[in-house]
Amino acid sequence: MKPRQQRMLAVGLVAAGVAIATTLSLQAMKDNMMFFVSVTEVAEGKYPDNRNFRVGGLVRDGSVQREEGSLEMTFKVTDLRCDLDVSYTGVLPDLFREGQGVVAHGRLEDSGVFVADEILAKHDENYMAPEVADSMADHVTDQTAGLSEGPLECPSQ
Amino acid sequence: MWKFIHKLASPPHFYSLAARMVPWFVVPGLLLVAYGVYAGLFIAPADYQQGDAFRIIYIHVPSAYLSMMTYMIMAVSAAIGLIWRIKLAHAVAAGAAPLGAWFTFLALVTGSIWGKPMWGTWWEWGDPRLTSELILLFLYFGYMALRGAIDDTVKADKASAVLAMVGAVNVPIIHFSVEWWSSLHQGPTLVKKGGPAMDVAMLYPLLAMILGFTFLFAALLLRRVRAEVLFRERRTRWVKELVLSGGT
Repeated sequence: MKPRQQRMLAVGLVAAGVAIATTLSLQAMKDNMMFFVSVTEVAEGKYPDNRNFRVGGLVRDGSVQREEGSLEMTFKVTDLRCDLDVSYTGVLPDLFREGQGVVAHGRLEDSGVFVADEILAKHDENYMAPEVADSMADHVTDQTAGLSEGPLECPSQ
Repeated sequence: MWKFIHKLASPPHFYSLAARMVPWFVVPGLLLVAYGVYAGLFIAPADYQQGDAFRIIYIHVPSAYLSMMTYMIMAVSAAIGLIWRIKLAHAVAAGAAPLGAWFTFLALVTGSIWGKPMWGTWWEWGDPRLTSELILLFLYFGYMALRGAIDDTVKADKASAVLAMVGAVNVPIIHFSVEWWSSLHQGPTLVKKGGPAMDVAMLYPLLAMILGFTFLFAALLLRRVRAEVLFRERRTRWVKELVLSGGT
């Protein structure tokens, strides 16, 4: 083998080795790489029970209830399979609204209520003008279909 | 073909060719960015949810794209330099690193400024997209620091080339982070099934900015590599003749 081919082989082996090592370690840390768990995963008990964690989903339509004269509020987060009651006291991001994707950080009480100490709004990948969004809301209903209905097929706990 | 590549890779030839190429990138780059800035600020409509805040996308997306693109250019040049022992390839890698670091910095800062009002947070540790982009910045820093720490150019080339290649594994991680794992960062808008999920009036300025940034990046890279070549070849005859003749 010529020296140049040897170097080519060495570079290829290093690249392949790094790629395999990274893939394996990312696979091993898969759960830790997740920024949040879904509501269904919470219902299935797949969440860290000894520390705070994040849960992500959509705010169910008509579920937001605010306490008079305080920042206290409750709402339901759903992934269209399961619902989770969330209570939160504090300031909300601008994008927070019913039907919006949110990520809540906090802990799950024994009562089944998720007590959040931080609410983040998750933006989706769609960008459009207000007029377009309005006319879409008139004609297309699938985007948030089911958001105002009950849980569909939540696995029993 | 090989003759052409060998000629291109010869430092004096590249040095004069690059000087002639720079204007061909600067002019379209400036025109595209001028159009993109104007159309992005005044023609594109406000977003239905984010309002005018979405307009930071015109800096954020080109910067983020180039932060990854530059790293790939750096890693591929470094590999070419290692395998074929082409000095010019190492010069390209060395010249690209600070540009890539700046684009990464811009992407992180603009993302953070947007994140505070939209997400409700400047920064979230543990988010795969945010964290992997920050690692990219540290990879650039590490690459530049390693080069700076080794005085011998040939040794610096070899050591930093290995670092550049190993770090390249981070680029696909950044790109796919929002698909592999749950992330606060939204999924891809431009490259997705069914075409870009964006209003055309918002899209064209964005594409112009991406292309314009790329042209300007190419111009900056050519200039940086010229300077790098001049420094590396400072003891050669052609540089001496160049200096004595008062040429540029």
